[in-house]
Amino acid sequence: MSITQNLTISISSSSSPFLAPSNFNSRSQVSLNAKRVSICKCVATPQEAETAYKTKVSRNENIGKLQAGYLFPEIARRRSAHLLKYPDAKIISLGIGDTTEPIPEVITSALAKKSHALSTLEGYSGYGAEQGEKPLRSAIASTFYPDLGIEDDDIFVSDGAKCDISRLQIVFGSNVKMAVQDPSYPAYVDSSVIMGQTGLYQKDVQKFANIEYMRCNPENGFFPDLSSLSRPDIIFFCSPNNPTGAAATREQLVQLVRFAKDNGSIIVYDSAYAMYISGDNPRSIFEIPGAKEVAIETSSFSKYAGFTGVRLGWTVVPKQLLFSDGFPVAKDFNRIVSTCFNGASNISQAGGLACLSPEGLKAMRGVIGFYKENTNIIVDTFDSLGFKVYGGKSAPYVWVHFPGQNSWDVFSEILEKTHVVTTPGSGFGPGGEGFVRVSAFGHRENVLEACRRFKQLYK
Amino acid sequence: MFSPDSLQPRMMLVNRFSCTLKNQSVKIGHCSKVPRNVNMEKLQHGYLFPEIERHELLHLKKYPNANVIDLGIGDTTKPLPTIVTSRMVDFVRGLSTAEGYKGYGPEQGEKALRKAIAAEIYKNLDIKPSEVFVSDGAQCDISRLQAYIDSSVIIGHAGKFVDRIGKYENIEYMTCGPQTDFFPDLHTISRPQLIFFCSPNNPTGHAATRKQLQQLVDFAKVNGSIIIYDSAYSAYITDNSPKSIFEIPGAREVAIEVSSFSKLAGFTGVRLGWTVVPEELLYSNGFPVLHDFNRIVCTCFNGASSISQAGGLACLSPEGLNAVQSLVDYYMENARILVNALTSLGLTVYGGKNAPYVWVRFPGSKSWDVFAGILENTHIITIPGSGFGPGGEGYIRISAFGQRDSILEASERLKYLLYQEKL
Repeated sequence: MSITQNLTISISSSSSPFLAPSNFNSRSQVSLNAKRVSICKCVATPQEAETAYKTKVSRNENIGKLQAGYLFPEIARRRSAHLLKYPDAKIISLGIGDTTEPIPEVITSALAKKSHALSTLEGYSGYGAEQGEKPLRSAIASTFYPDLGIEDDDIFVSDGAKCDISRLQIVFGSNVKMAVQDPSYPAYVDSSVIMGQTGLYQKDVQKFANIEYMRCNPENGFFPDLSSLSRPDIIFFCSPNNPTGAAATREQLVQLVRFAKDNGSIIVYDSAYAMYISGDNPRSIFEIPGAKEVAIETSSFSKYAGFTGVRLGWTVVPKQLLFSDGFPVAKDFNRIVSTCFNGASNISQAGGLACLSPEGLKAMRGVIGFYKENTNIIVDTFDSLGFKVYGGKSAPYVWVHFPGQNSWDVFSEILEKTHVVTTPGSGFGPGGEGFVRVSAFGHRENVLEACRRFKQLYK
Repeated sequence: MFSPDSLQPRMMLVNRFSCTLKNQSVKIGHCSKVPRNVNMEKLQHGYLFPEIERHELLHLKKYPNANVIDLGIGDTTKPLPTIVTSRMVDFVRGLSTAEGYKGYGPEQGEKALRKAIAAEIYKNLDIKPSEVFVSDGAQCDISRLQAYIDSSVIIGHAGKFVDRIGKYENIEYMTCGPQTDFFPDLHTISRPQLIFFCSPNNPTGHAATRKQLQQLVDFAKVNGSIIIYDSAYSAYITDNSPKSIFEIPGAREVAIEVSSFSKLAGFTGVRLGWTVVPEELLYSNGFPVLHDFNRIVCTCFNGASSISQAGGLACLSPEGLNAVQSLVDYYMENARILVNALTSLGLTVYGGKNAPYVWVRFPGSKSWDVFAGILENTHIITIPGSGFGPGGEGYIRISAFGQRDSILEASERLKYLLYQEKL
C-alpha cells in the first residue's frame, strides 16, 4: 500500500492530467512495480510528443486504417520532389486527370454574368436550395435522362461527384458492405474505410477486409464475374471506367442490374465520363429496365466543361429506390444534403445551365473531342511500341500493360527518364498492378512531346 | 408485407411509389435489402431551416397576396461589393484563356487565400497559412469535423433522442440563458470530448467575453476536450469581445475554429469558408488532428470553387475589407432598429449588439406557437427558439439581414401586433 502511495505522490507531481491519481488503475500498478520507475508512463509515445499537450479525444480509428495519403496528392508529391531534383526539367503531367483546356466562352460568359449580377439589387441571391437551382435540375434531367422516367426532383446538384460519394457513404452509414471494381477510383474505397464499413488493411493481398473487390482485367473484358461475389449491400460501378477506360455494354449492365435486384443491393453508378463514349454503350444506368429500383447515378461537369476547379456535379436518386424497410433512399439523401451541405456555388450552377444550352453542349463536345484526339495519339504511341493497351476509346484514360512489373517502379522509371507523370495502376487497387494509367488531359503539344519521349524510352 | 393482390385499385393508378413506413400504406415494387442507417432514424424532424420554409410555403398558399417578410433564416440580402464581383468576373474570363485557365486547385485552398485569411483575420495571432483550410462553408466543414448535433446524430455519436426531455442522450446540452450571461455553467458539465461553441452566438447573439473564453479554454485543457469554435459572426462584434478563440492563451492546444464568408461578405450562395486546425492540436495518442483533417479534405472534398476563392481574396484586400465592413454595418443598423422597436414594447430582448440576431423572450409561451402567431398575424417569418434546442424554448430569433425597408415595415407590424396583444 505504501509503495502505491509513494508512486501516487510522484505521479501527481507530474504535470500531465493523465497521471492524476483518479486515473491510476490496477493494471498500471502492476506494470509500474515491474518497471520500478518513479515517473509512470501509461502510454508509450515518441520522444517529441512526451512534452507536448495531448487532448483526451481519441483518434478516429477508421482514418487510421488508411495506408497512405489519398492517391492523387501522393502523385503530386512525387512530381514536386522530381522537380526539386531536376529544376530545369520540362515535366509533363499525364497523371492526375486534370483538365487543361480553357472553358468555352459561351459558358464563362454565363459565369461572368452571374458573378456581376451578384453586385446588383435585382441580381443578388443568397442561399439557394441545397438540392440545386430548379432550372439546372430540370436541364440535367432533360439533357442526360430524356425519356428515362427521371424527374427534375430526382436530381441533386453537387459540388462534384467526389463530394457526393462521401455524402452517399454518410447516408449508408457504417453498417453496410461495399463491392468495388478492382481497379477503381480511390474515393470509393477510401470513403468506405473512413465511414467504418471496412476491416483492417491486409498487406499481403493489398485489400481492406470486408470490401468485395471485383477484379476487372483484360481476361474478363473488364467486367467482373458476378457469380463469384458474395452479396454486397452497395456496388460501386464506374463506366466508362476510371482507370481502365472500359465502357460496359448493355448486356453487361443488364446483368449488373439483375444481380443487384436478386441480391437486394444498391448500385452507385459513376457516369462522370459518359460523354466520352464512342460506341453505342449505355450512357446512363437508367437506360437499363429496372435500374431505377436498384441504382443511384453520380456524375460531374468536371471532365465535360473543364469544371475541375469550378466545382459542379449531380447525383440522381430515383424515388423508386428503397431501403429494406421501404424507406426511400432519396429522403435520407435529401436530409444529408440539407444538413451536411449548403448547395453548390450559385455561380457554378449558372455556368452549368449554360453548359446545357444547345450552344454549350456543342462547345463541350468540342473540348471532349479534343481530349479524345489526345487519347488516340497516346494509344497509337503505345500500340506502335508493342504494348498491350486498353481503354482510350470511350474515356480519356489509356491503360497500359507492363506485365510482371511493379507499377510504382514503372511510374518512377517513366518519371525519372522522361519527366512524364503518369499514375501507377496499383494506386487504384491490387487489380491495377502491372498497369500504368496515362491520362489524356493536356495541351496538344505536351501530349505529342510526351509521346515522343515514350518512343525514345521504349524504342 | 402485402402481396400485389391486396393492392387497392386506386393505389395502382398512382405512378409514384409509396413507401411502407411502419404503419403506413402498401409497398409497391422492389425493396433493396440494404438496411437504412439507424442513425438517420434517430433524427427527429427535417433540418430546422427547410422546416421553416415548409411553414412559409403553407402560409403563402393560405395568403397568396401576403407581403411576407422573412426575418427567419439568416440569409444575406445586400448585393456583393463590386470590388469582389469584378475580381470574380476577371477570374472567370481568364478561365477561357490559355494563361488564365485553372483546373483542380489544392483541396486545402489556394495558397494566396490561405495566406490572406491568416494575415487579415488572424492578425498577430500566429496562425500559419498551413493551418487554414478553405471550405465551401462552415456548415459543410462541421460535418467534415463530424460532430454537430444533427450530423453528430447521423454519425452515431448522439445516442437516442429522449422525447421526455427533448434531447439526445449522449450529447451534453450546455444551457445558455440570461441568468448566467449566456455562458454555460461549466461546473455542471461532465467531461465531453468535443465542445461546440459559437460566438458571437447564433441564435442568442451573445458574444463571449475574454474571461468566459479563458474559462472555456481552461476547462477544455483540464478535461482533454477539443473545442470546435464557430466564429462565423465575428465581424459583427462592436465591443471588445474576442473575435477568435486563438486570442486566448492555450487555445492552440485545444481548439479548432470554423468560420465563413457567408455573413462576412454575403457569400451565402457563393459558398466559401475556412477552418483553422492548429499544429499543436493532438489526439490522445499524440497524432495531430490537422493530419487527419487534411486527409478528410483530400478524400471527401475537392476544394471550394476557384471562382469563390477569387472572390474571397478580393474581400480580404484593403478595399474589400472596407466594403464588407459596410455590409456588416448595414445589417447591424437593422439589428438596432429591431432591438429598439421590440424593447419599446417592454419585451426583454437580447443580442443585436454583437450579432445580426435578436433573441426575444416570450415567457410562458411555446416558441412554435409564438412563431405561428407572428406569422399568421403579421406575415413575418421568425424562428422559434426551441428549434435550436430545449434551451431555446420561450424565445424567438429574429434575424437582421433584410433590406432596410423590410426591417422598418416589420418593426411597425410587430409593434402593432404586440401592442394590440397588450390591450
